[in-house]
Amino acid sequence: MIQAMEAERPAPAAEGAVPAVEVRGLSKTYNGGVLALDDVDAVFPQGALTSLLGPSGCGKTTLLKIVAGLLPASEGEVRVMGRAVDGPGPERAFVFQDFALLPWATVLRNAAFGLELRGVPEAEREAAARRCIAEVGLAGTEGRYPHELSGGMRQRVGLARALAVDADVLLMDEPFSAVDEQTRRKFQEDLLRLRGVERKTFIVVTHSIEEAVYLSDRIILLSPGPGRVARIVEPEIDRTLSPEAIRRDPHYLETVEDIWQGLRDFVE
Amino acid sequence: MAARTARAAHAGVGAAGRRLRKDGTLAWQAASVLAVMLAWEIAGRIPINYAFPPFLAVLRAFVEMVLDGSLVRAFLVTLVPLVLGVLFSTVVGVGAGVLMGLRRGVEWVAAPVFIVLQAAPVAAIIPLVTFVYGIGLAAKTVAVILLALPVIALNAYKAVRNVNPSLVAMCRSFLGTRRQTVQKVILPDASPVIFAGLRLGVGAGFVGVILAELLITPTGVGDLITYHRSVANYAEMYATILTIVVVSALCLNGLQRIEARLFRPERREGT
Repeated sequence: MIQAMEAERPAPAAEGAVPAVEVRGLSKTYNGGVLALDDVDAVFPQGALTSLLGPSGCGKTTLLKIVAGLLPASEGEVRVMGRAVDGPGPERAFVFQDFALLPWATVLRNAAFGLELRGVPEAEREAAARRCIAEVGLAGTEGRYPHELSGGMRQRVGLARALAVDADVLLMDEPFSAVDEQTRRKFQEDLLRLRGVERKTFIVVTHSIEEAVYLSDRIILLSPGPGRVARIVEPEIDRTLSPEAIRRDPHYLETVEDIWQGLRDFVE
Repeated sequence: MAARTARAAHAGVGAAGRRLRKDGTLAWQAASVLAVMLAWEIAGRIPINYAFPPFLAVLRAFVEMVLDGSLVRAFLVTLVPLVLGVLFSTVVGVGAGVLMGLRRGVEWVAAPVFIVLQAAPVAAIIPLVTFVYGIGLAAKTVAVILLALPVIALNAYKAVRNVNPSLVAMCRSFLGTRRQTVQKVILPDASPVIFAGLRLGVGAGFVGVILAELLITPTGVGDLITYHRSVANYAEMYATILTIVVVSALCLNGLQRIEARLFRPERREGT
């Protein structure tokens, strides 16, 4: 019972626990000789939502793609649940900035696509996909095609696809950047709710300070040219407050201001 | 209550409107065809040229040629090298194009061949074909392939090269194998451009076969055109030309339907 209670509460950075993802000494040089990441160390605790925040050119998406196994690192290593990895794996699922939905497939098939690739039988994978489609609030759209959906709905399908494979770590590459502001806010709230239900580790790339502070347990600030870890911030926002109250909360506003002052130097 | 009725009425109008619009397109298409026929008929009757018969004369010639079997016989002869050449070009062209798109090595070896072939004025090469393949079926099939193959191969190649990289990354991140990536993402995503190439290739194949029949051996449809021109049966000549145009257009339309059925279900509804 006590254990169950503990499981209920999201416990970021539990002492002594193996981090969900850990990167050590990570460097990335692109073919042209451009150094995108320089000796980056970072820890992503289990069950926490960690944001990678920084101005464009700080290599945050590069870092996420290396963690996803979509890009090879030039130096250093990525450990997932303590094990070194050098490619995509079943314990990580990616949510793409441009959604990356198959235009010729229905919402249902798109959401089930990760399972389809793993050879899960049709009935089973569709049941799982339906569950995840409902979870992201898209029940009833299973038979529609991506071009019939709004940007926000498409990104939800991308999220449902990532949820359906039941990975421990969800990697999100600027998931809200291609949707409008209202949808974005709604989506952020849904993501927080989802975080409470699904006990997963989230790594979110964003360029919005407000978004990072609002969503994250932990923010890794990257500085540009080449990308390095500049600072780590743990906002400790009281999530029992309503979304509106959080956005007016002095602590929230202070944290945003603090990060902005820090980032300012890189931009100027 | 009133609101509900209004909404229902609105929905009814919407559905009717949609139906009307659909019929509308059809009506417009029919009107356009009719207008061309009418213009042709008038131009033929003026007449703008003694070798330009009115449309109804062409239609009559068409019916006569169908009834006496000459048109059907000519098409059967022409279709053999056409079908053989197009089938060969489709299989080899799509295969080579997809491989060129997927593998740098194949691209390096094969792409220049197709680019040179596409740039070459094939009508000038066709007489050369007879030196190697004689004047039989082989020569005509080669003529079709010469025209159809490069465009099909190059389109397939570009189609694969321009596949959305994000979809490929998605497939990889969800642990798709190379084979799955090709089958489930690359080919469906490339299919519109591959099929556009096929349509161009089939069109080019028609050009090739008629060129071959005009330039190599007078047989089939080419012979029919040459013969009727030489004896000044212009109505029959135009009927033959018109028929080959219509057959070609129907083939291209059929291809489009096949594509939608096979790869792009989202295109079937609505649009």
